[in-house]
Amino acid sequence: MKILYFAWIRERVGFSQEEIDLPPQAQTVETFLTWMKSRGEEFDYALEKDGAVRIALDQEHCNDFSCSLEGVSEIALFPPMTGG
Amino acid sequence: MTNDTKGPIVRIQSEDFDTAQILQQATKDNSNIGAVVTFTGLCRDEGGKLAALELEHYAGMAEAEITRIAERAFAHWPLDQLIAIHRHGKIAPGENIVLVIATSSHRQAAFEAASYLMDFLKTKAPFWKKEHLIDGTSSDWVDATDKDDEALNRWKDI
Repeated sequence: MKILYFAWIRERVGFSQEEIDLPPQAQTVETFLTWMKSRGEEFDYALEKDGAVRIALDQEHCNDFSCSLEGVSEIALFPPMTGG
Repeated sequence: MTNDTKGPIVRIQSEDFDTAQILQQATKDNSNIGAVVTFTGLCRDEGGKLAALELEHYAGMAEAEITRIAERAFAHWPLDQLIAIHRHGKIAPGENIVLVIATSSHRQAAFEAASYLMDFLKTKAPFWKKEHLIDGTSSDWVDATDKDDEALNRWKDI
């Protein structure tokens, strides 16, 4: 699975992307996030603000964290957007 | 800029754009356009404090998401054209950040489509602004505002 990080979430993690094998428990966005936070201090720090983490699955916003990750090849984690 | 197939034109780029030239292209060879709404978003200097804005973006998704928003607008209003150009990278005060042009037979569709596209672009297009201050003391990420989220409420039936 390709994981991308943006803005201050990227800065806190320390890099912008990685390729990883997800553990079996990471089947939904919610369980994926719980696992991500357990990966280390920098991940816990990057994802500590629950309401401030936005997710995109294969470049589309995901507003429902109970969403399955089956068939997904790219997950992006980022803070609320400030475009325009 | 050509638009052979009907649909929005979306461009994500680091270089500046020439609003007058794009506007001229948008209305050329079509005498049935009765209304053109142009919105340009510029970088403010925040009262002289800001040296530059740095816009990070999610390449690929930025274009895809703005296209999705623009296609919804295109399907809802009777538009001739809908153009969105968004810059990324370092942008100095006074420079262009974003351009939206909506053309239609009548003004209401053009006004509303341009406004809709901008409202969604602010909170759904994957861009993040970082401020670089003139005194060099700090550089921080711009916070998203509730006001921008609330702006979407008026479009909830669309």
